[in-house]
Parts: sequence; C-alpha cells; structure tokens
Amino acid sequence: MEAVPARARAYVACTVLCALFCLLPLPAVPTSWRAVALLAVLYAGCEQAAARWRFAGTFYPVLLAGAFLLPPPAAALVGLPGALLSRVDQRPRRLRRSWRAAQLVLGVWAAGRVHWALGGRDAVAGSDFPYALVPAGAAVLAFCLVLTALDGGIRALAERVPVRRAWRGLFVRSLAPVVVHGLAGLMMAVLWRSPYGPVAALLVLLPMCVSWWVFTQYHRERAAHQATIRALVQAVDIKDEYTRGHSERVGQASMMIARELGMDDERVEVLRFAGILHDVGKLGVPTRLLRKDGPLTPEERRVIELHPEYGHEMVRGIGFLGEARAAVLHHHERLDGSGYPYGLRGSQIPQAARVVAVADAFDAMTSTRCYRRARPVPLALEELERCAGAQFDPQMVAALVQALDRCGWHPAVTAEEQPHIPAPAVPVAGRPGVGS
Amino acid sequence: MSARPPLTLLIHVCAAVLAAVSLAVTHRTGLVERPTALAFGLLVTVGELTRWTGARVREAAPLGAAGAMSYALLGEDAGRPTHHGVTQVVAVVLAAALIGSVPHIARGRGPVLDHLARRVLTVGFAAVCFQPLYNRGAFGEWRGPAYALLLLALLALTALCDAVLAAALAHSRTRWPFGPLLRDELHALLGIGSAVCATGAVMALAVAVVGLWALPVFSLPLLLTQLSFRRYAAVRTTYRQTITSLARATEIAGYTPTGHARRVAALSRAVGRDLGLTRPELTVLEYAALMHDIGQLSLVDPVPAGATAVLPAAEQRRIALLGGAVVRQTGVDSAVAVVVERQADPYREQPLAARIVRAVNAYEEKSRDAGPGGPLTALEELRLATAGDYAPEVVESLARVLARDCLTLPAAG
Repeated sequence: MEAVPARARAYVACTVLCALFCLLPLPAVPTSWRAVALLAVLYAGCEQAAARWRFAGTFYPVLLAGAFLLPPPAAALVGLPGALLSRVDQRPRRLRRSWRAAQLVLGVWAAGRVHWALGGRDAVAGSDFPYALVPAGAAVLAFCLVLTALDGGIRALAERVPVRRAWRGLFVRSLAPVVVHGLAGLMMAVLWRSPYGPVAALLVLLPMCVSWWVFTQYHRERAAHQATIRALVQAVDIKDEYTRGHSERVGQASMMIARELGMDDERVEVLRFAGILHDVGKLGVPTRLLRKDGPLTPEERRVIELHPEYGHEMVRGIGFLGEARAAVLHHHERLDGSGYPYGLRGSQIPQAARVVAVADAFDAMTSTRCYRRARPVPLALEELERCAGAQFDPQMVAALVQALDRCGWHPAVTAEEQPHIPAPAVPVAGRPGVGS
Repeated sequence: MSARPPLTLLIHVCAAVLAAVSLAVTHRTGLVERPTALAFGLLVTVGELTRWTGARVREAAPLGAAGAMSYALLGEDAGRPTHHGVTQVVAVVLAAALIGSVPHIARGRGPVLDHLARRVLTVGFAAVCFQPLYNRGAFGEWRGPAYALLLLALLALTALCDAVLAAALAHSRTRWPFGPLLRDELHALLGIGSAVCATGAVMALAVAVVGLWALPVFSLPLLLTQLSFRRYAAVRTTYRQTITSLARATEIAGYTPTGHARRVAALSRAVGRDLGLTRPELTVLEYAALMHDIGQLSLVDPVPAGATAVLPAAEQRRIALLGGAVVRQTGVDSAVAVVVERQADPYREQPLAARIVRAVNAYEEKSRDAGPGGPLTALEELRLATAGDYAPEVVESLARVLARDCLTLPAAG
C-alpha cells in the first residue's frame, strides 16, 4: 500500500465514524468500569506480548468475553486501546491502526448487540447451559460476519482486488477459528461471573497461548525446512553452473501444468517440489563431468544418466515428498520407452514424472546455455508439440501451452548470463530434454 | 519387555497395586454420581484415542491428561458437592485409558504400559491430595479465587510428580543420566504441561459452575492445541528427514562411505546424552554430526574413503570451513554451522558439541574397516591422542557408551 487511494481513505473514515457512533451512548451506560478496564488492559497486554514474542494469535477470546459480559458499547471499548497501541509494520501506520480499531469496535459491538438481544447476558450470569450456547453462537456469527464484510471492502478498495473475488472464501476461512475463540470467550465470561472470578477466567487463555506459540514454532520450522530444500538445490547449482536457476523455474512450470490439469493444492505443491528437486541427483555425478566442455564419451554419458537414480536415492527418505520421489526417478523416461533409467512406456511412467519432463525440456530450451542462446517461448512450444507422443505426454504439453497462454511465462529466477565459452558440440540435436 | 529394570518394575507394581485396590473397592461400593463418572470417562477415552504415537513428544495425550486431572480435582458439579473418592477416580480413569488404548495396542504402537502406569500414579496422587480433604470439608475456608489458585497449585505439584516419574522411567529404560532427563521433563512442563494444568483446573472449575456442559465446550480449544502440536511434530520429523537426506549427498557423491553420517549422528547423540546435554543442544549436535562431512562436496576430487581424520590438520580445517559455509546456506540453526566449522580445531578451543563430533567421527573412521578388534584399537588410539586432538572427557564418555552397547555399532543400512 504505497499510495492509499482516496476512496479507501473515505471507506476507513466511514468505518471510524460508524465505530464512534457505536461508542456514543457510552456515558449513559450502566456498567462495571472495573471489568471494562481489566479486559481492555488484558487485551492490550496480550497483543503487545504477542507482537514481542511473535505469536501468531489474535486475542479474540478476550474481546468476545467482553461482548458476553458487558453492554454492547462498553464491550466495544475493550478492543480499542489494544488496537490503537498495536504494532504495525507497514505504512501508513496511523491509518492502519485506526482501521483496525474501528473494525474491532464494530465487530464486538455487533456481537454484543446480538448476544444482548437474545438474552445471553442472563444465560451467562445464571450459567444456563445449554441455552447460553445459542446467543453466544449467534454473537460469534455476527462478529465474524462484520469483520469479513469490512475486510472484503478494504480488499476491494485499497488492494484493488476485483469486487467479485474480494469476499470469496473470507467468511468460511475465518469462521472455524473464530468459533473456537468464541467458545473460549464464553468459558471466560462464565467463569468471570462465577464465584471464582477473573482469576479463573485468565486460566482459559493459557492453553490458547500455548497453541499459538506452537503454531508460530510450526511456521518457523517450516520456513527452515524450505530453506534446507533450497540448499539441496543450491548444492546442485554449485556443481553445475550451466543450469543456475533451472530447478526453480522447472518447479514453477511444473506447478503451472499441475494447476492447469486441475490438481488439488496439495498435489500442486508436491509437483512444485518435484520440479525443484528433479536434478538433485547431479550431486552424485563427478563435478568434472558436469562441467566438461567437449562432447561426452558414451561412458561419460552413462555416468550422467545415473543422476535420476542418485536423486531418488537421496530423496526417498523424505516422507512428505510423496509422488515427487517417483518424478525425480523417472523424469528422463520417454513415452516411446527409449528413455532412462528403466525405459518405461506411456502410462507406466508416473504422471508426476511426465509433468516434470515437459517442464524440464521447456526450461532447457528457453534459457541460455553456454553452448547456445535461449529460444523464444513460441518456438520452444512448437518443438514440444512436435515431440509430443514420442517423447512427451501430449496432455501435459497441451496443459503447458494453455497455462502459458493464460498467464504468460514470468520465471521468478532469471538465468544469469554466462560468460561466453567457445561453443562445444551440441548434444544430440532434436532431443531438447537431454542434458538438462 | 522380558527383563524389566528394577525401577521400572517397582513403578509398574505400584501402579498395578493402586489400580487393583481401586477397582476392587469401586466394584464393592459401586459408582457414585454415574453421569459425571461416565462423562469424564468418555472425555479421557477420547483423549486417549486421539493420542499421537510419534516417538519424540512429551505429553502424548494432553486431552486425556487434562480430563483425568480435572476429574481428580472435581469438587462440585453445577453447584452441588460431589462425593466420589480416590478409588473411584483411579478406577474410572484406568478403565477409560484402557479402552482408549485398545486401538494403539492393536496396532502394536508405543510403550503402552509405561504410559498407563504414569497416568494411574499421577491421577492417584492428585486425587489423594484433594478428594479426602475436600470430602471432609477441609477446604471450607478456601472460597472463590483462592479455591481456583489452590487447584492450580495442586495441579502444578502433580505435574512435578509426573515429571519425576517420567524421568525415572526413561532413566531406568535407557540408563541415560537422571539429572538431564529430569531437566528436560521440567522444561517441557512450560510448554504443553502448563496448558494441560490450566485446562485441568479450568475444567474442574467450569464443571463446578455450569455442570457437564463445560466438558465439550472446553475440550475444543485444547483439541486445537493438540492439533497444532501434532503439526509441529510432523514438520520437525520432515525437517529431520530432509537434513538426513542432505547428509546423504556426500555418500551418493562417493565422498564418504554409506551410512557414515548416520552412524556418527547416532553415536554423537548417545555421547551427548551421556554428557548431559539438553534437548535443544542434542538436536544441534545431531544435525551437526549428520552434516559434518558436507564440506567435501566442494572438493573437486574425493578424499580416499572420506577419511578426514588422517588428513593434515590444515586440510581438515579447510574442509570444515567449507562445510560451515554450506550449512549456513541451508537455513539450519547457525549453532549447527559453528559446530561443523570448528570440528577440526584442537579440542581446547572447541565447543562441546564440536568435540563430540570430532572424537566420534575419528572413532567411526578408525574402527569401521578394522575387523573384530577395531573398536578397541580405535578407542585406544583416541585415548593416546587426548593430549591435543580429542577431549579426554568425551573419549571417556564414548568408552562408557560403547561399553553399554557391548562395543557394537548399529550395522550400516
């Protein structure tokens, strides 16, 4: 958000006005100011602590407990200090803070209003279960609705997401976590009102905090894990300087083909890994051979052709890669059975391997190698279509053509220009996939 | 479990006696307040059923533990005092845990007996601390917030007791030193342990206020915690697999013999444990041991048989520095890179983990092709070199670990 559009500013201003309107009857509301202050301090403190220790949580249970305990305007006040003091990393900070505060005020106010109207307050005070679940459920629904409605609006206006897509999936995605937060909030409210008091209510937050902490650890570990996979690939790049960035691009092309084939997200991700890791076995090929300038002798070629097996040997212990492991082993098989290592034919070749083979050949042709310049994308596609049936699966080639038609080819990593080396003999012409 | 160590046997016998007495007494007197007993039994069963069976988790069934604790500390149900005693608590929890363990036993996973013994003893402890006093009205003075704090204190005490028990069982099973095991257990209390304690207390209080409806309402957030722990454990496992694969790169490239990195890692971990390293330190040690040869990937020609321990010191250091550079790129904790980088330094300048990797690596290289007398000769050579290259305390610890395993190493896979 470098320059915030004027209409987005207007939208935020409107939201803030609505929020102020909700808070207007505050002086006349009979409420326990001690409870309001305690909850507000709790919320602000939790948010600060979460920002400092990089938790992944939002403390909706506190806000919702407020909505279940206090009159709507007083409950809406609970989130205000926390949101105004919260840490914002991106500019414009003031605008973002006031947006966040107004959004929370409106959400909590709506939740409190619904809860109040359904008589939830007495149900909480008298711990009238299971009836207390009804107003609480309705309140949680209202809270979630208001938040996602406002979020969709800002997405459409400030981030210029098309109006059709701005709201898509927002509500469904946020409902499940908010419901869990709502249950915790209800428990907090009930215990707060019980003889055991706020101390017991605080205990409810502890398991939630632990869960957020673990969630953060999970993300940290996952990032480290992906960095490690990247390192495997970089290790190949160090040995084989011809193909710098090749692995990432093949990963991207495989992902595009998989999407085009309508695979689910998990499989698409696995295929991306398959593309990234397809040449990892080159770690096992002597560096001298990979860097050799002249034509390869048949024996040297045989050694290089071992790399799919080496690669499979390396990645077979990594459970989550699933079918990507088969793709690493078989990405040099050809449909007519003349490929290696096993000479599989047609549908014997795993689907993932057929995807990666096309992606691999495509990138090999469209990137500059020291022995030739890159071919333009349409020429490369023509070549792929020519070889479809004999070498490549026509379905995959067609999917790649369609995907490129729609999105174009914007490789994230561009090949570095290699210093010009006297051109050695090109490996067998007309076999675009070989040697990449 | 043919030959059970005496301490494990003692704990199992205690648990069995407690369980038998509780079942007998409950059978004779019958259950009081059946619906409550049934509801808590159901909760514990569900908790046990959703127990995960991964090897490296501390509290495998947080929901089951929290449910059992809250039943042990339950004093009121929707405002009416309850009357169940210690024996009923133990009997209900035991029955529920047994039912919940059936699928796990059927699939032949996990040391179920240790788990059950721990559950029975800790629940018994909590119930003994609370129920007789409560039923006699001794907590009459403790009203309101003070009562909540009392429950929390009791739970903390129980958690401590459980940590000691877990450490004792692990100690007697593995013969690793007791102190570090207990420290690890106590450290883990801060994580999932605190969540279990808090949930146990909240459930007991919430049932006291709203009745049994509190159980489903509140087990959902804890299930969430359990889920995120499981995902965390899963990603840790994958990460470990990836590191192991990265370590195999040198083997496939022909720089080191097959299985070398894995054997050095396993032996280093054992030595680290013997020397009392903490759990995070052990992880760093293991990763460093797995990747200690990775610098050889940068060499254009392999070292003969990957045996770096016989190279000149300057060359060893160069390879170590190259390895450190590769590890730094991998996004692994930078402590691992430090260990890899310093593995060839004289031991007086090394961190402990690097000393371990160096000594274990040298032992592995010297002993692997030396035939039946190899291990003893290798150990002797290491002992003679303790003046400069290898740390004496590490070599001694290595000797202890090897003696425990009868001087055999896990065979190459």
